[in-house]
Amino acid sequence: MTTAREPAPYMNPYLAGLGLGLVLLTAFVVMGRGLGASGAFSTIVAVGVDAVTPTHAAGNEFYRGYLENGFGSPFKSFLMFEVIGVLIGGFISGSLAGRVKKTVEKGPRISTKGRMAFAVAGGALMGFGAKLAGGCTSGQGLSGGAVLGLGSWTFMIMVFVGGYAGAYFMRRQWR
Amino acid sequence: MSAPFYRYALFGDEMSLILAVVIGIGFGFFLERAGFGSAKKLVAQFYFTDMAVFKVMFSAIVTAMLGMFYLSWAGLLDLSMVFVAPTYWLPQLVGGLILGFGFIIGGYCPGTSLVAVSTGRLDALAFCGGVLGGIFAYGEVYPSIAGFVTSTSMGRVTLDSWLGVRLSLVVFAVVLVAVLGFWGATTVERKLARREGADAGALT
Repeated sequence: MTTAREPAPYMNPYLAGLGLGLVLLTAFVVMGRGLGASGAFSTIVAVGVDAVTPTHAAGNEFYRGYLENGFGSPFKSFLMFEVIGVLIGGFISGSLAGRVKKTVEKGPRISTKGRMAFAVAGGALMGFGAKLAGGCTSGQGLSGGAVLGLGSWTFMIMVFVGGYAGAYFMRRQWR
Repeated sequence: MSAPFYRYALFGDEMSLILAVVIGIGFGFFLERAGFGSAKKLVAQFYFTDMAVFKVMFSAIVTAMLGMFYLSWAGLLDLSMVFVAPTYWLPQLVGGLILGFGFIIGGYCPGTSLVAVSTGRLDALAFCGGVLGGIFAYGEVYPSIAGFVTSTSMGRVTLDSWLGVRLSLVVFAVVLVAVLGFWGATTVERKLARREGADAGALT
C-alpha cells in the first residue's frame, strides 16, 4: 500500500521545541512533574516478571517499586497513560503529514536484518542505561533539564558524549 | 498560589490519568512534528549534519524553564512542589554514557521509539523489544548493583543550589548557552552542507 502524496517537511526545530516546551510546562504546572517514557517500559517488565514468577518479583526491590506504583494497579500510573497519549499524538501528527509508513529506518550500506539487530542491541543498552540513570532522555534529559537538576544535567552531557563517541563506529549503519 | 494543581489536590487521581493521556498526546505530536519518529533524522545529530535534536531539546528546556521561572516569580507556581529527580551523580554519569551508546546504535530513545512505532517504523518496534530486554537485565542484576546505583547520593540538588548562586543567574546562563549553542549548531550544519556539496561537485 503506497500513497502518491509526498510527506510534508518537518516543523522548524525551534517551533517544535517551543511546542514541546509548552507541553512540558503544562505537565509541571498541572501535575507537578515532567514527562517520561522509560518508566512505562519498566512497569511492563515488572508486571511481566510478576505474572511469570510472583515470588521472584516480590523479592526484588526494583520490580517491587513498579508493582507498588499506580492507583490500585501498576498500569494505572501517570506514565502508562501518558505513553498511550504519546502513541496517539505521534500517529495524529504523522497521519496529518503523510508520514505513516511501514518501513525500516537505515542507511544504504546495511541490510534490514543487520539494522534490526542493531535496533535490539541499542534498545537493550538504552533500557539498562536509563534505569541506571533513573530516567531516559524524556525524564532525566528534558524534564530534569528544565528544572535544572544537577544529576539530570550530568546525565544529559554524557548522553551526547556517548552518542558522539559511538558515531564513528556506527557510520556504516547510518551513512 | 495554587500550582502545581495536582499537588494542591485541585483534582483527583482518576482525573490525573485523563490529563496524562492529553499531555502525552501533545508530547507525541510535537516529537513527530520535529521529525523524531525517524531514526535517521535523530542520529544525524551525531554526524553534525542535522542538529535538530539539540535545537528542539534545548528550545523545549528553555521554554519550560522560563515558564516555570516567571510563574514562580509571579507567585503562581510553587517550585518546591515540582519534582526534581534526586542526584546520584556517578550512576547518572555512567547511565547517560550507556544510553548515549544505545542511542547511536539503536537510533532512538524510549520516547521517540514510541512515536516511530506509531508511524510504522519496524526498527523502532525491535528497539522497544530491546528496551524491555535491557530493563529486564537491569532488574535481574539489580540486587548485586544496588550499592552502586544508590551511591554518590546528593538528594534534590539543582544547579543554582549546587553552585551557591541565585536561580535567576543560572536561568540566564542556560538561555545564553542555548542561544550560543543554536548559533554554533547552525554554523556547523552550514559548513558540512557546503563541504558535502563540494564533494558531490568533485565527483561529477
